[in-house]
Amino acid sequence: MQPIKQVSGRMAPLDLADVDTDQIIPKQFLKRIERTGYGPFLFYDWRARGSFVLDRPEYAGASVLVAGANFGCGSSREHAPWALRDFGFRAIVAPSFADIFRANCYKTGLLAVTLPDSQVRHLMDLVSEDPTSEVVVDLAAQQVRGDGFEYRFDIDPFAREMLLQGLDDISLIESHDADIAAFESRREPWLPSVR
Amino acid sequence: MPAEKEEAPASRSGAFAIYLVVWLGRACPRFNANKAQKAKYYETEHAWLRHVIGNVNERSAAWGCVQVTNFATERDVKLSTAMPKTLAQKLWDAHVVRTARGEPDLLFVDLHLVHEVTSPQAFEGLRMAGRRVRRPDLTVATMDHNVPTRGGVRSADELSRKQMEVLDDNCRREGIPLHRIGSRRQGIVHVIGPELGLTQPGMLIVCGDSHTSTHGAFGALAFGIGTSEVEIVLATQCLPQKRQRDLAVNVTGALPMGVTAKDIVLGLIGRTGTSAGQGHLVEYRGPAVRALSMEGRMTVCNMSIEWGAKAGMVAPDDTTFAYVEGRPYAPKGAAWQTALESWRSLSTDDGAAFDAEIELDASRLEPHVTWGTTPGQVVPVTGRVPAPRSETDERALRYMDLQPGTALADIAIDRVFIGSCTNARIEDLRAAANVIQGRRVHPKVRAMVVPGSTSVKRAAEDEGLDAVFKAAGFEWRNAGCSMCLGMNPDILAPGERCASTSNRNFEGRQGSGGRTHLMSPPMAVAAALTGHLVDVRELL
Repeated sequence: MQPIKQVSGRMAPLDLADVDTDQIIPKQFLKRIERTGYGPFLFYDWRARGSFVLDRPEYAGASVLVAGANFGCGSSREHAPWALRDFGFRAIVAPSFADIFRANCYKTGLLAVTLPDSQVRHLMDLVSEDPTSEVVVDLAAQQVRGDGFEYRFDIDPFAREMLLQGLDDISLIESHDADIAAFESRREPWLPSVR
Repeated sequence: MPAEKEEAPASRSGAFAIYLVVWLGRACPRFNANKAQKAKYYETEHAWLRHVIGNVNERSAAWGCVQVTNFATERDVKLSTAMPKTLAQKLWDAHVVRTARGEPDLLFVDLHLVHEVTSPQAFEGLRMAGRRVRRPDLTVATMDHNVPTRGGVRSADELSRKQMEVLDDNCRREGIPLHRIGSRRQGIVHVIGPELGLTQPGMLIVCGDSHTSTHGAFGALAFGIGTSEVEIVLATQCLPQKRQRDLAVNVTGALPMGVTAKDIVLGLIGRTGTSAGQGHLVEYRGPAVRALSMEGRMTVCNMSIEWGAKAGMVAPDDTTFAYVEGRPYAPKGAAWQTALESWRSLSTDDGAAFDAEIELDASRLEPHVTWGTTPGQVVPVTGRVPAPRSETDERALRYMDLQPGTALADIAIDRVFIGSCTNARIEDLRAAANVIQGRRVHPKVRAMVVPGSTSVKRAAEDEGLDAVFKAAGFEWRNAGCSMCLGMNPDILAPGERCASTSNRNFEGRQGSGGRTHLMSPPMAVAAALTGHLVDVRELL
């Protein structure tokens, strides 16, 4: 994966709580066997109803999605962050994320950043008033900043390091092969095996 | 160390009361720091709890008694081996391959369950990197999400068929056993694991599916993962995971007649909201949980993800052991005795500290039905559609085409779905069939039963349950996820309203524009017979 230091650009607001992954990418698009090409189907049902916020011309090309609490709840489908990425988003800022969704974002190279309600509200107001306003989501500095504000965010230090260096989980785990083999040798004999 | 106690004001409603007691700083040196640091700690570490408190207080008028107690404890103290441990801590510690400061623990996976929808990209990634599956002997695959429930593979659409073929190819190449569509053990991944005896106490189980928490019912640590993590597990049989907090849900009392495990978990989510479990391993405890069958415990653990929990679990006991014994992959002979001895130690030690505890009184529960588009938007069937408290509620009311104040029992339904990894095991089908009593499905309703697995279907047919359902006018289908998520041809038409035993009532979940009301299997049958949402206790 490519290292990610920061994301900068315009924002798009999605001022709703509990946005589930069934909305982000409806099930009929989970039949694909590729990791890419999901962008056109992002929020498919909501966009099909017309006048969906992300289709408004002033938010075209936004790279930071500002969302409500518990964003990405529901199914474990990694197709949700894939669709957000393919659509053009590189970071999501919300008061909270569902755990599996956040983990999937990190694996996809999408920055899922948590800020307190009041600060997310400020970003939401800012982009609604002036869609051209830009922000920087700085992973290295752990900051979301813009004109006249600097918000610090917390992130799991290990996840941050993996993203900053663009490290591959599997290679890292493979370097601990001796530990894995030792663990395997002391597993209980009654544990099920399908061989 | 001076303890610091903060007590939130109790809010009262009728005969019930809500008590919130938050102790911060027990044995925690960080709380002897200055006030700003304390506030910061509370802000970050306990954001979830404020959410619970907010929800509980907000809903106090509508709900009965629930008590949330939070114990902020020091991780280092909890990690000490001399300290008593929770079940979750025991399970976690038993799977640590490697631990290092500043890194997530590397955990070993005892069983990796695979299905057609979340695995193709993981196998592809593996192949591109020239890697193989490390432990095909600890990996089991099934076809469930896409499979048509009648007409076999030929009635699947082209993309679904392709996805099933790709799974078949991947499993052949890597030597992974696969339960294909049409084979005698095929079924929903969270139904076949337990019924084959692959799910056992003390194991760590993962699957690229959020309802993997189901397996926690056996005293296992089980959680859903994304496709990148599926690839990690295929390649290494391990998964790096950050330690989680421990949360106890104590369900006291006994369930009244007509009230089920589904109502425990729906009632719980109604009280806590859809994200209170975030970052937590939940242990369901107490006499009402002990009294549940394995099927009931699976229903409760299954929906842990619907309130955001990382995993849900129940300590194993004789009910668990009786369920596991004799199943195809269960230990046999002397190994069974050794395993049993080990499994009996899998419970929370006396004096072990949870980060938080939630109390729920089962004896006050009623059958529950969701009215909105999250599982937290739920009320007892005797109630009414509530007035909206947020924009999310207003959005849900619009989507569901419901008016606040409408009695639940006045809501007519078009479809009934009895199925899913939440409620399609043999006991669920027995409980559902038992409500029929010679009555027929309402003429305006189309109702279907989709057994959770081919084995469940066979068992039900051996008992004659299929005949009971068919005589009443239910369609009797083959096993699969079916209309729980509508990836196969079983979907709602736009505007159709469905009484469903599944786990999610999200917008469009069962078909674009479809409207889902979640409930227990007996409640869904009652709705099918009367043509509207109804309290099943009136029919018993």
